[in-house]
Amino acid sequence: MDFHPTDEQLQVEEMVRNLARKEFAPRAAQIDEESRYPAENHRMLAELGLLGMLYPAAYGGSEAGPVAYAIALREVASGCASTGVGMAVTNMTGEAIFRYGSEEQRKRYLPMLSGGKGAGAFALTEPGAGSDAGGLSTFARQDGDGFLLDGSKVFITNGEHACVTIVMALTQKSPRKISAFLVEPGTPGFSIGKRERKMGLKGSDTVSLSFEECRVPKSAMLGAPGEGLKIALSALDGGRIGIASQAIGIARSALSAATEYARDRRQFGQAIGEFQAIQWKLADAATELDAAQLLAFRAACMKEKGLPYSKEASMAKLFATEAGNRACHAAVQVLGGYGYIREYPVERHLRDIRVTTIYEGTSEIQRLVISRALCR
Amino acid sequence: MTFDLTEEQRMIQDTAREFARKEIMPKAAELDENSRFPAELIGRMAELGFMGIAVPEVYGGAGMDNVCYAIAMEEISRACASTGVIMSVNNSLACDPILKFGSEEVKREYLVPLASGKKLGCFGLTEPGAGSDAGSQKTTAVRDGDFYVVNGTKNFITNAPHADTCVLFTMTDKAKAHKGITAFVVDMKWKGITVGKHEKKMGIKASPTASIVFEDVRVPAKNRLGNDGDGFKVAMNTLDGGRIGIASQALGIARASLEDALAYAKDRKQFGQAICEFQAIQWMLADMATEIDAARLLIWRAAWMKDRKMRHSKESAMAKLYASEAAMRAAVKGVQIHGGYGYIKEYPAERHFRDAKITEIYEGTSEIQRLIIAAALLKG
Repeated sequence: MDFHPTDEQLQVEEMVRNLARKEFAPRAAQIDEESRYPAENHRMLAELGLLGMLYPAAYGGSEAGPVAYAIALREVASGCASTGVGMAVTNMTGEAIFRYGSEEQRKRYLPMLSGGKGAGAFALTEPGAGSDAGGLSTFARQDGDGFLLDGSKVFITNGEHACVTIVMALTQKSPRKISAFLVEPGTPGFSIGKRERKMGLKGSDTVSLSFEECRVPKSAMLGAPGEGLKIALSALDGGRIGIASQAIGIARSALSAATEYARDRRQFGQAIGEFQAIQWKLADAATELDAAQLLAFRAACMKEKGLPYSKEASMAKLFATEAGNRACHAAVQVLGGYGYIREYPVERHLRDIRVTTIYEGTSEIQRLVISRALCR
Repeated sequence: MTFDLTEEQRMIQDTAREFARKEIMPKAAELDENSRFPAELIGRMAELGFMGIAVPEVYGGAGMDNVCYAIAMEEISRACASTGVIMSVNNSLACDPILKFGSEEVKREYLVPLASGKKLGCFGLTEPGAGSDAGSQKTTAVRDGDFYVVNGTKNFITNAPHADTCVLFTMTDKAKAHKGITAFVVDMKWKGITVGKHEKKMGIKASPTASIVFEDVRVPAKNRLGNDGDGFKVAMNTLDGGRIGIASQALGIARASLEDALAYAKDRKQFGQAICEFQAIQWMLADMATEIDAARLLIWRAAWMKDRKMRHSKESAMAKLYASEAAMRAAVKGVQIHGGYGYIKEYPAERHFRDAKITEIYEGTSEIQRLIIAAALLKG
């Protein structure tokens, strides 16, 4: 047992923390206000090797590993949650291509992703297939030496800025077989819908995608035919450590803003931090966020060692996102009226963190994964 | 970073789990029912080295680390929370302060029999008027040559009726408030010490709890832990470790609630299927399991920090706060999953519920833990 991060992990933490403080945090309010995609942040992430943390240098990655990745993502999200989710999905896309892709696919896409030529996107969700991801209806019909994709995807993070999108589609209707495809922007028949207007994470681009007789070559298939759902679920296991880390980063920012405010703000003749009503909120938030961090690190360590970690990733995501939401709520309450106005960052933290219990598997799906593992 | 157990940690986990399953679990309901002190189990735990796990072998202990201690506490408490607290008090509240603050002579005389389990220890801090406000001690110790003369009353003292040795806190200089507190190691057979009646409690019934009255008890000055006025420091330092023990006890109770509820939910059929097929039940199980894992990680972190002599007050408080409250939540859910069967003594769920409650109260209430955590945060 060793709770210390390695020297390399500590270096990543320090480097990314500095970047987030200097570059991301100061711009986060403006990015949110303007719902602007932070392309400059994405470039900075690329320069520091933070967009390909889960594959080797031979493909342009930095192969820092799941623990360092969890640390980096937390720090980025604590500066700007929108930048964090863009980073998370880009890393997840790259990792899936590294794990399941052909040599040719790896060589083409991985350096693009890690180099920040574009983001990565992961298109699983459809209007009729949310939690029930296996019920998707986008169809890929074999046609000569390629496939014709038809259907639509919604709520796709990074969709507009992606240099490659992993698209899950049915390749056989009975019995149902889902396969994964790598689709590049500009492919005829592939179009990007309007940007969703969201409660939070406003700098993150969320779009629908539509495929109308969109032709992709046979070589665009990722993994083997029928392997799509397996690829999706394995990517999501890793993705959940990422979203847990994002939630921890956002909530830590909210907690530190609330703690600072509680020290300075005076009412009834003393700092409000002297009141137990306020102390309780801070103590509970800090305790739960430490527990969340340990759950996320445990899952990341298991992944790093090549052990099965689905249940642990679900526990980390469930716990971190729910605890993070509670912490952000508490932070708004500690700041009172100031917590509700945009001059202070905590209202943004509360809006940003809300989605973390929803995307990459709702809390309800995490509980299903956990209880199935228990009842097995 | 790694969450893997060492060879030694895995070994004690296996040993404690096996011992708890075979020898403690079958007796737990009877111990509770009869409020009976499990003397025979304490003897067996002494043989296994569980009464002084983190005490070096030269002082009669098992010479293992605090993570081992937390692991063993979880396993013992999984089977019987009462047996768990008897063990925790001896390890954390009797052995640990003597090891850290006692003179070599005191260690030889008192620590060796305690750590080897030949004798049992208790911890006399709480008084009728000094609960969370432990600094407001009324028990006095007045210097008289090579002795101190002690007068006062302690209450809610775990292990008191069976204890041979007490780590006792007294006021030696009232003007200095909590800086006037001094700690001693006291032999419970000394003249002037009487143990009051056993408290009748909601849970942990096999762990005896009683008051102790001190009337003109002459304590040799050499039995002092640290110097005059060090007592509050001794108490707080000791409780930092004690909280790891109680957090582990709570974790064991939480696991008992989950494991029993899970077995029941797989077995019990309603509406034509096992009730674990219903999301209402799955949700409770998933939340219990997640919180249990979170609690264990907080506990292991605190124990690991204690092993490295790092400051761990805040982390112990977090572990104790979280684990005890998670145990209570798990116990409530455990009863609920059992329905009517959760309310009757044929099933252990109601005992877990009664046992869990104390973990939010003793060795610092949840409220005291939050004070410690908030103070650390606000100090920044």
